[in-house]
Amino acid sequence: MDATPLALGREVEDAIRAHAREAYPHECCGALIGREGGVQAAFALPNTTEEGPRRRFLVRPDDYRAAERHAQTLGLDLLGFYHSHPDHPARPSQYDLDHAWPFFSYIIVSATAESTGALTSWRLRDDRSAFDEEPVARSTDDATPTADRAAGVAGDR
Amino acid sequence: MSNRVLIPTPLRPFTGKQEVVEVSGATVGELLADLTRQFDGLKKHLYTDEGRLRSFVNIYVNDEDIRYLQKEGTPVKNGDTLSIIPSVAGGSSAAVDEELPSLTAMEIKRYSRHLILPEVGVDGQRKLKAAKVLCIGAGGLGSPVALYLAAAGVGTIGIVDFDVVDYSNLQRQILHGTSDVGRSKLDSARDKLVALNPEVKIELYDTALSSENALDLFRPYDVIVDGTDNFPTRYLVNDACVLLRKPNAYGSIFRFEGQASVFGLENGPCYRCLYPEPPPPGLVPSCAEGGVLGVLPGLVGVIQATEALKLILGVGEPLIGRFLIVDALRMKFRELKLRKDPDCPVCGTHPTVTELIDYEQFCGVAPAPSDARQPGDNTREISAVELKARLDRSDRLVVLDVREPQEYQINRIDGSVLIPLGELGQRYGELDPSVEIVAQCKSGVRSAKAADFLREKGYRVKNLKGGILDWIDKVDPSQPKY
Repeated sequence: MDATPLALGREVEDAIRAHAREAYPHECCGALIGREGGVQAAFALPNTTEEGPRRRFLVRPDDYRAAERHAQTLGLDLLGFYHSHPDHPARPSQYDLDHAWPFFSYIIVSATAESTGALTSWRLRDDRSAFDEEPVARSTDDATPTADRAAGVAGDR
Repeated sequence: MSNRVLIPTPLRPFTGKQEVVEVSGATVGELLADLTRQFDGLKKHLYTDEGRLRSFVNIYVNDEDIRYLQKEGTPVKNGDTLSIIPSVAGGSSAAVDEELPSLTAMEIKRYSRHLILPEVGVDGQRKLKAAKVLCIGAGGLGSPVALYLAAAGVGTIGIVDFDVVDYSNLQRQILHGTSDVGRSKLDSARDKLVALNPEVKIELYDTALSSENALDLFRPYDVIVDGTDNFPTRYLVNDACVLLRKPNAYGSIFRFEGQASVFGLENGPCYRCLYPEPPPPGLVPSCAEGGVLGVLPGLVGVIQATEALKLILGVGEPLIGRFLIVDALRMKFRELKLRKDPDCPVCGTHPTVTELIDYEQFCGVAPAPSDARQPGDNTREISAVELKARLDRSDRLVVLDVREPQEYQINRIDGSVLIPLGELGQRYGELDPSVEIVAQCKSGVRSAKAADFLREKGYRVKNLKGGILDWIDKVDPSQPKY
């Protein structure tokens, strides 16, 4: 896997961290929308898991399609998804690996009751054997960062 | 035959960036086989090593999920469009299972009838072992709940109670036996539960549940089982569960009728959605006043225990948004639909109760702050000893017993007149207004209401403090208590 960094605007990162804090002690999740390796918007989605939202997240097909439509409206692409690991490090678990899609960037942010910690991004190897960490480039002067929360807070639906 | 498959973003790198691919076949399975033949790299992302579609791969024929059709055997017509739509899943631990404790060989023996149920199985039993359930009360409801949860292998059972076992408990509180009378209910409960299942951890809280301690007590537990017998505690348990978003396996009993539901969860109603306000104090008699069929708490408690187990296992349909009414005399189970009230003060969209309040006051049973304690107010009450003295002096007065006839059969004050509270409205004319009345019931609650009523009608009335129970304790120990 190449090591092209994933560009992440400050406002998008802030939106992801705010969502993780808000959802704590549950995991939050959402879509990453942008173009050519640059995330321009975080699209919050409801965590619909039925297995315990402290340790799991699930984006259902309908919400996936909503994220895709939203990307299209912005003239952008779906680049991946983010989720939080409450009280766990920002590293993908075996469960993350077992459920990963290729190509997508998976941003993981660790969260505690007080704040959020490390934010990392990962991509699945084509043979599904492991994740590779991809560097995250924090751009401070992104031209069009939009921290889009239009879909509402996770769990709101 | 030709069909189109819509390829989702993450799989397009494998189809040469094509969003739509032409495939052919008679079923969904055949179309997908053709797809993976054309594009080699796709197979391992769509299928597991065992050749099953991965759980996060959703296939739609036109707009229908094939899970609800004939899965991969779903036939396709010429022109049908297949869509591959991702679910995206993940989570912080490798598997929820990995955090669960494993079962010992002895536990596998003990729980074998659970383990062969597909709905429980080894993983379910491990969930039970990891689970913590808090029983509020070790009485009529708490007894069957705690016994069955311990037998089922719930790893930690907490019990909150501060009461002592009394003979009158034994008719229904099957945690306690004759030799336990006089012991604390917690000690008695622990002995029974440990004897039943030493694998289970029993946590005892020798305290009255209060607004000060409820949140801290509830926090470590997964499910709260409400086995309380009074309104202030019931509202307290409800509110604490809603605030902590913990399921409340609720049950209550009276005479021959029981109720059960599951409250407190975000997606369902709470006790306040059903009863926003408590009934006026004294209107709904307690089991001590109204009686209860001994087996009824068994019936209702077992429903609560069943709901607790289902919630832990994540199986079946929990009693959320449904209110079950059990009529033991007719042996009928009725179910009412309960809706979440958007205006509910605790679980509604704009809650006004955001912390625990004073529930004694809320339910109107708090000791009246000043009223009844006014100097001179003791004219409204009389103690058992005073009454005895006045009767001995042959003072002119009538002792009015407002209990039910079946209670009067058990014990009574010699010479008392029986008019049950419910009949007083029609029958008070039988009483001579020129004679002072001492109203009396079992413990003084019903008779206080009777006294208030008669005073309004112009009678001179005193209420016997502590009822016949106090009378027996202080004046006439020869009579049985109930």
